[in-house]
Amino acid sequence: MSELIKFENTTFAYPESSENLAQLVFENLNLEIEEGSFVAVLGHNGSGKSTLAKHMNSVLLPSGGKVWIAGYDSLNEADIINIRRNVGMVFQNPDNQIVSNVVEEDVAFAPENLGIPPAEIRQRVDEALKLVGMYDYRDHAPHLLSGGQKQRIAIAGVIAMRPRCIVLDEPTAMLDPKGRKDVIETISRLNRESGITVVLITHHMSEAARADRLIVMSDGKIIADDVPQNVFCDVKLLNSAGLTVPDTTALLYELNELGADLPLKAVSVSECAEVLYDYITKGN
Amino acid sequence: MLKDITLGQYFPGKTFIHRLDPRTKLIITVLYIVTLFTAHWLVSYALVLAFLLMCLRVAKIPLVTIGKSLKPLVIIIILTAVLNMFYTPGEELVSFWRITITKEGVFNAVKMVLRITMLITGTFMLTYTTSPIMLTDGLEMLLNPLKKIKVPVHELAMMMSIALRFIPTLIEETDKIISAQKARGADFESGNIMQRAKALIPILVPLFISSFRRADELAVAMECRCYHGGEGRTRMRILKFSANDWIALGIGVALLVTVIVLKVFGL
Amino acid sequence: MAPLIQTQQLRHVYSAGTPFEHVAVDNIDFSAEAGEFIGIIGHTGSGKSTFIQHLNGLLKPTSGQVLFNGEDIWKIKTRDVRFQVGLVFQYPEYQLFEETVFQDIAFGPRNMKLTEEEVKSRVLKAANVVGISEDLLDKSPFELSGGQKRRVAIAGVIAMQPKVLILDEPTAGLDPQGRNSILDNIRAYRDATGATIIMVSHSMEEMAENVERLVVFNDAKIVMDGQPSNVFSRADELKNMGLDVPLVTEVFLQLRNMGLAIDSSVYTVSQARDLILSMKGGKLRA
Repeated sequence: MSELIKFENTTFAYPESSENLAQLVFENLNLEIEEGSFVAVLGHNGSGKSTLAKHMNSVLLPSGGKVWIAGYDSLNEADIINIRRNVGMVFQNPDNQIVSNVVEEDVAFAPENLGIPPAEIRQRVDEALKLVGMYDYRDHAPHLLSGGQKQRIAIAGVIAMRPRCIVLDEPTAMLDPKGRKDVIETISRLNRESGITVVLITHHMSEAARADRLIVMSDGKIIADDVPQNVFCDVKLLNSAGLTVPDTTALLYELNELGADLPLKAVSVSECAEVLYDYITKGN
Repeated sequence: MLKDITLGQYFPGKTFIHRLDPRTKLIITVLYIVTLFTAHWLVSYALVLAFLLMCLRVAKIPLVTIGKSLKPLVIIIILTAVLNMFYTPGEELVSFWRITITKEGVFNAVKMVLRITMLITGTFMLTYTTSPIMLTDGLEMLLNPLKKIKVPVHELAMMMSIALRFIPTLIEETDKIISAQKARGADFESGNIMQRAKALIPILVPLFISSFRRADELAVAMECRCYHGGEGRTRMRILKFSANDWIALGIGVALLVTVIVLKVFGL
Repeated sequence: MAPLIQTQQLRHVYSAGTPFEHVAVDNIDFSAEAGEFIGIIGHTGSGKSTFIQHLNGLLKPTSGQVLFNGEDIWKIKTRDVRFQVGLVFQYPEYQLFEETVFQDIAFGPRNMKLTEEEVKSRVLKAANVVGISEDLLDKSPFELSGGQKRRVAIAGVIAMQPKVLILDEPTAGLDPQGRNSILDNIRAYRDATGATIIMVSHSMEEMAENVERLVVFNDAKIVMDGQPSNVFSRADELKNMGLDVPLVTEVFLQLRNMGLAIDSSVYTVSQARDLILSMKGGKLRA
């Protein structure tokens, strides 16, 4: 696999303004996102994870170093359309990224901007809506849909560009559990079945556990970068980064603190139950 | 509550009228307005009313909906009626104190009320049966020639469609802010005009701030979806005149011509 | 004595008489005593938001009654009830509007027509409860971080010193640290004043860690009302309503399905730890 997004000694600082001093977010950051992978980026508020995401399709530009996106230099303004059609972005508030009053017209927005012939736009829109499971809602008004449904429309709106990668900046923060589940299911399916690279910014552990690579950010630094099970094992590190582990891991960890020796990798309910079953039945 | 306002709302459907080209509907609406102002009296009014009722029927819009949409405008309609009733000189019917109601006044009032109600209902028909996007599309295409004289037609159309998209969202938000401030004891119902105006600050400030935030976020989201103005942009839906459009336009023109002819005969 | 707050056969119908007619809450009998910490759960659209807006008179019941201290709130001055029953909406930071944090927190107390001295003392107390330091009081609320804004907004309601504090998803969209500090603030308010807390949340873990009583809404009705251990032990029913149960409960239910004779009414990590510890004879600590 080749890298789709590459941060090369990237530095970013919000420039000085009348109200605020210049604020350094990260410095000399290096990171590669492989094509086809599902990467979750976890971090507390203000850890720089959102700023990182916004560099992945030129919403923000590095103040130092480079970001390469699908082979294009993000600083090169001439390539901005090429960058954005390859790496789509979904934001936190579903209301503020839907432009049209009708679902399918909204999904058509990006392909229209790209100057794609009408017949093909139709095809792409239908395909994108089917991929996110919202085809039946194609002529509904977005404001009458639930948050989760709106967010899936926003995802369809990006898919319609046929991007190689989608970056999602806390897409579930404003959703209820059902909406959250639907959105996460949708993006993991897109990754699995359509091979689209996914970068998911979140502070929900359970969502991060679905990824195949988990990056933890704290104060602008990458403090962990591994498969989720391994990252979750380092409970102390996560706690120090202002994050909590899933209660399954927390339970095993607390038992270990009291002298047990349980594998913290058992994150899922069934894994955790099995570990505990063995532990309780053994030696009794 | 604010949410219940149906003014300018779109009711999706697949009727003959829904499927007409938005340009056709825009032109017919203009024709309809001209017709209404040309209409002389009874026969013409009856004809226009029949046309309107036929449209409502074909588009499957229930009369209840119309009634609801007219509700916020009732005051304007009543005011027009009252002004006409009292300020038209002519043959005296009733007179008390300084007010005189004339025969012509009553006549005019009835006429004006009918005219305004039909005018509003007719224009509602346009928004009921045409999605805002189609409407802006149609408007953009009709106005396209103005681009030659540097009128930013695409930008205006885009602004209009975004405004339409966000009206329901902002109404919902206003409702929420009002409730939240009421929960903190805000009082919007008592006091003189100045006090009441001041009481709006706790609603307007959060609403403005949130609108700016939304605008900011929307602009970024649009750019992320490769929006770069109207140049080189294509549309998913191509507007095409069909036989139905010509038929509809024919009916519209026929209506206007008939009413003009009737006017000549003073009907 | 009458309960502090109570509803009797409360029913609310939206858009009555139109095709959009919708019964949002139906036949709700609910009561809460002073000092209770009550959690409300239910999926979106189950009626919980409509319900809480009745408790402080923002919505008027279609039928049924809301009683505060035994009095029908629609028969007394309803606006005064809002000072006694404080309601913090979802994302309350979007209601901030004043030039300074102090002024914003003072909005509620000023509407109560208190003396400026009393207003000041209440603002300081409320700021203290939510951990907003005094040097922030002169700042514009819009310069604060997201979590701080949320706390200022909550302080705006706390400053009215309500006897009942209702919060609709007070931790939505915050990171774990932000969530914990808000929950600490809420507990601090109850401990300091003995007020009743009613909290709506989607996070079962949050409920498990905080509330003493759990009310479950489904399809406009209260379907369960009891101690968290009782409610969570009905995991299958909850799941059928589209609700989650705490992860720990799920693990223990699974253990029981695996044939272990184990009490599955645990719902927090520490309970689970202690239970396992006791099963191992408490001889873990080497």
